[in-house]
Amino acid sequence: MSKHTLDARNLLCPMPVIKTQNKVAELSAGDILEVTCTDPGALNDISSWCRINGHAVMASHESKEEVQIILRVGD
Amino acid sequence: MTTPRKAVALISGGLDSLLAARLMLDQGIHVEGINFYTGFCVEGHTHAIRSKDKSKPKRNNALWSAEQLGIKLHIIDIIEEYKQVVINPRHGYGANMNPCLDCKIFMLSKAREWMQKHDFDFIITGEVMGQRPMSQRKDLLPVVIAESGTDDRLLRPLCAKNLTPTLPEREGWVDRDKLMKFHGRNRKPQIALAKEFGFDDFASPAGGCCFLTDKSYSRKLADLWRAQNSKSYELDDIMLLKVGRHIRPKPNYKLIISREEGENRFLRGYRKSFSTIEPESHAGPLTLIDGDIADADIEYAARIVARFSQGRAAEFVTLKVNHGGIEKRYTVPPLPADDIPREWYV
Repeated sequence: MSKHTLDARNLLCPMPVIKTQNKVAELSAGDILEVTCTDPGALNDISSWCRINGHAVMASHESKEEVQIILRVGD
Repeated sequence: MTTPRKAVALISGGLDSLLAARLMLDQGIHVEGINFYTGFCVEGHTHAIRSKDKSKPKRNNALWSAEQLGIKLHIIDIIEEYKQVVINPRHGYGANMNPCLDCKIFMLSKAREWMQKHDFDFIITGEVMGQRPMSQRKDLLPVVIAESGTDDRLLRPLCAKNLTPTLPEREGWVDRDKLMKFHGRNRKPQIALAKEFGFDDFASPAGGCCFLTDKSYSRKLADLWRAQNSKSYELDDIMLLKVGRHIRPKPNYKLIISREEGENRFLRGYRKSFSTIEPESHAGPLTLIDGDIADADIEYAARIVARFSQGRAAEFVTLKVNHGGIEKRYTVPPLPADDIPREWYV
C-alpha cells in the first residue's frame, strides 16, 4: 500500500474526475490517493465516480477555496 | 451459464441515454457507460463558476445516470482530437457553431474503438429518430453508421423498431420486441418510460448539453477566431468564453469582465497568464485583457472597467492594472454607459 497525491486545482468538472480516473488506473488495489480540487462540484463527482467504480472514499474536507478527497483504490 | 453479451452505452447525462441503457440492463446485457469530454460540455462548468447557480445540485449528470443504473462509467478526455470536429466539420454547422452530425460520427467512432479494445459486443445510444434536426434525422442515421464504422453493431433501443434489425437483434442477444418505437420531438413517451422505471430526478430531457448550440457562446467563438485570424483554440480559450462580459473596443484586444463573485474567483486563476484590471477604490470586477493592448489604450480600458464597478456614479475610480508584469494605478472617470456601443459586446 502506498500513498499518492493529485493536484486537480483550477480544473473544472469533469477534469478532476478524469485526472483521478487516470491516476487510479496507474495505482494498485489498497493504495491511497489524496486529490485536491478547487471546483466544489468535485467532492460530489469524485465520490460518485468512486462508488460506481468500486473505490472507497476514506475522508473529505471542504474549505472555502479547496476540496480534498482521500480515497482507497479498490480491486 | 452463458456469459452475458456486453454493450457500451454512450451516456450523456440526459434522459434518453439513461433509458436506453436501462432497457439493455433489463434484458440481461452487461452495460458499461462512456462519456466524452470535449471542453464544450455544459456539464459542471457553469455551476462550478457562477455563484448564482449555487442552488443547483453540484453533480455530473453522466455520473449520476451511471449510479442510477449501477454501471461503470468511463469519462474520456477527447479535447485535443475534438478540435478537428469543431474547426473543420465535414458536414458543416447547425444553427450556431454546433457540428452535431460530425460530432455524433466522431463519438461513435471513438465508441467503436473502445468497444473493440475492450472486447465488447455492441454500442447503444439514446438516439431517437427525428428528435434532433441534424444528428438524428432519419435520412442521416445511415450516414452516421457508415462514417463511424459501427455497421450493424450500433443499437438504438429507444427507436429500434423503426429501424432495420441490427446484429444484436438478429442474433437474439436482445429481444427486439422489448425495444421501443419512439420517434420525433415528442418527449411524452420518454417521460412515461422514466416514470415506469422510477427515474424522477433526471437532467433536462431536451438535452442542450453543448455550449456550441448556444447562440451567445457561438458568437464569442467566432469573434475569437476572427481576432486571432485563425480557426484554432486551446482549452483555456473555450473555458473563458463561458465566463463574464466580453467587450471588444478594438480588434486587437477585448476585456473579459466578471459579473459576480463566482466568476471573479474563477478569473483569478488566470491572473498570471493575462494582463488584468481591478478596481481598488470601489468594489468591482476583476477583468482580464485578452489580446495585445497598446499602452495608450490601457487608461481607456480602465475607464470601461470602472463603469462596471460600484464606483460607476463616482467622479473617479482608482484601478490597479497589471500589464506585462508591471503594476500601475490609474485614477479615471468611469466611462458613461452610452459611450460603450452595443457592438462592442461580443
